Amino acid sequence: MSAENQIERHTLSILVDNEAGVLARVIGLFSGRGYNIDSLTVAEVDDQEHMSRITIVTVGTPPIIEQIKAQLGRLVPVHRVVDLTVECESVERELALIKVTGKGDARVEALRMSEAFRARVVDATPDSFVFEITGNTEKIDAFIGLMKPLGLREVSRTGAAAISRGPEAM
Amino acid sequence: MDKQLNGAQIVLQSLQDHGVEHIFGYPGGAVLPIYDEIFQQESIEHILVRHEQGATHAAEGYARSTGKCGVVLVTSGPGATNAVTGLTDALMDSIPMVCITGQVPTHLIGGDAFQEADTVGITRPCTKHNYLVKDVNDLARIMHEAFQVATTGRPGPVVVDIPKDIQFALGPYMKPKAVKHKSYQPQIKGDMAAIKQAVALIANAKKPVFYTGGGIINSGPQASQLLREFVKLTGFPITSTLMGLGSYPSADKQWLGMLGMHGTYEANLAMHDCDVMINIGARFDDRITGTLDKFSPNSKKIHVDIDPSSINKNVMVDVAIVGDCAHVLEDMLRVYKSDAVTPDKKALASWWSEIEGWRDRKCLAYKKDEKAIKPQYAVERLYELTKGPDTFITTEVGQHQMWAAQYYRFEDPNRWMTSGGLGTMGYGIPAAVGVQVAHPKSLVIDIAGEASVQMTMQELSTAVQYRLPIKIFILNNEYMGMVRQWQELLHGGRYSSSYSEALPDFVKLAEAYGATGIRAHTPGELDDAIKRMVDTPGPVIFDCVVTKDENCYPMIPSGAAHNEMLLADSEGLDIEVSDAGKALV
Repeated sequence: MSAENQIERHTLSILVDNEAGVLARVIGLFSGRGYNIDSLTVAEVDDQEHMSRITIVTVGTPPIIEQIKAQLGRLVPVHRVVDLTVECESVERELALIKVTGKGDARVEALRMSEAFRARVVDATPDSFVFEITGNTEKIDAFIGLMKPLGLREVSRTGAAAISRGPEAM
Repeated sequence: MDKQLNGAQIVLQSLQDHGVEHIFGYPGGAVLPIYDEIFQQESIEHILVRHEQGATHAAEGYARSTGKCGVVLVTSGPGATNAVTGLTDALMDSIPMVCITGQVPTHLIGGDAFQEADTVGITRPCTKHNYLVKDVNDLARIMHEAFQVATTGRPGPVVVDIPKDIQFALGPYMKPKAVKHKSYQPQIKGDMAAIKQAVALIANAKKPVFYTGGGIINSGPQASQLLREFVKLTGFPITSTLMGLGSYPSADKQWLGMLGMHGTYEANLAMHDCDVMINIGARFDDRITGTLDKFSPNSKKIHVDIDPSSINKNVMVDVAIVGDCAHVLEDMLRVYKSDAVTPDKKALASWWSEIEGWRDRKCLAYKKDEKAIKPQYAVERLYELTKGPDTFITTEVGQHQMWAAQYYRFEDPNRWMTSGGLGTMGYGIPAAVGVQVAHPKSLVIDIAGEASVQMTMQELSTAVQYRLPIKIFILNNEYMGMVRQWQELLHGGRYSSSYSEALPDFVKLAEAYGATGIRAHTPGELDDAIKRMVDTPGPVIFDCVVTKDENCYPMIPSGAAHNEMLLADSEGLDIEVSDAGKALV
């Protein structure tokens, strides 16, 4: 398989005007052109300038990723598109709330694992825990995998937020 | 303190400040305040269409033939949804358009009110940008932005959705200023390093070809002038897409004719065999490339496009230049001249002799018929009898469109209006209305098919009302000809639903509208009938009865490459279209 056809995972940071419909424009572009969204997070990051930051994790071949960036770039309310996967070193974090139910050994094991993963207990009843865990996507995937046999009930994830390392800003 | 106007006045004032002279529209409950303002002023003429789709195509024809922005005004709900086809058409063909839609009052939005539709939601994917105006204080800025976005960069349609209460509300008006948009800043000047690289490739080319498109037309007449100068200076052959016809004069000997699925043999083979391809303002559309993995396999490709997302979308190129065609051409010419480039005369001569060999194949030749009118012959005669710098041609979509592109010839830009990207049947009559509004004294002809023309036939009524003497020249073969052709080639001749059953009598139909109807059956009467059409002062429907089973050649069948064309005289050959090819459109 040539490099051109290799599927890659990229994290894109998109700075947009925080105006009505801007998220719909971005999502509509992905669905309308058949691109993939693995995760998406969005929130206002500058209340003076009314700017929001959208972080999208997408997968595709290198030419498709280039297309996605070009298509995003031509949306009128988009200020900047940065491919954190290729343009810089970056850190990526995701938060998850994970509900695990059970009693006895499974419950003890779940709590022990949560300590190993530095998850926090944010809710507890005699037969349930809600863990809060922060980390990169792989870490959260691993933790969820471990919880499965221990009574995993429900998962709520934020999707990845990401930022470049070092003093430079996008 | 800025002057306070109501929303409807702000709309009219901004239209005037953007130099708008004509708008195409249809009233309804949610735009009545704007129509009331139109009634009370003189500087902008409103053209009342018969269907909102007609308004959008009229605005496209107007824009395409003048280089100005087309303006549409429609009501909420069905008014807006009827405009969707024309908006999509304008998006695909990069036509500048501002479409103002009425909306139910803000307090009713979301409540499924009468004639409510989520217009910005529906039009988001078919506009370059759109706005829902929720505050009258934003209206003037949004109107100015709409014109800026529609007309700059890669042009396109912009919708401004204005709730009825906003049209009544008082707000400030400020004049359009050349303010820099916060995020929207299209790149106009090309990167000089890339331009130099391109010129270096051009300088060393042995088998070059210019491949130009609608971007040259959109860039303005100066781009055509610069292109002509550059092509003359290099001595290279040039072909163009459907959308680019007229940017280079067809009478010139360096002109190879249109390329693509129904392009000429010489243009397509030159594309296939070239060593340097210079794409200026075209987008490697699938009608042009044929199957991508066999597309021009041995060439270095230069691509000039104002839209960065066009670069490497379908075809990977060697030198990409993002910028406006006229600006880039000007820089290219300057570098070419200052580097004192001299083309490789010997290589070019042998390239031209190869091309002459392909030309000798006479791919547009067809069997003449003494008794019946061949559609190709009809367009040839129409061309001979109506050609001139003051003639504008629009088309519908299908075989007649391709014959028009092949046999009508264009010497200047902005004379050819056709639906290229979207392929919208029903484009031609309303587009002709728009062209004629912009050029009241010119000869405007819609080369049509009898099927397409019925999709927007009601706009003939618009033409009659405004005394617009458009000529609708129908190549009537009683079939949706292109559908029939594909069914013949790909579906065993099973003509499923492609016969034009129960056709109206077009002559009587014209008369019913208050226009003139003319019919020709035989080659012998054709010339006189065309002359009569041209001499008729008002709108005319010309029912040109042509042979029914003619196919449009040359043709690159789906899934094939440029060097695998079907020609008219190869009819009867076994045509092998792969299953993969059959699945393509």
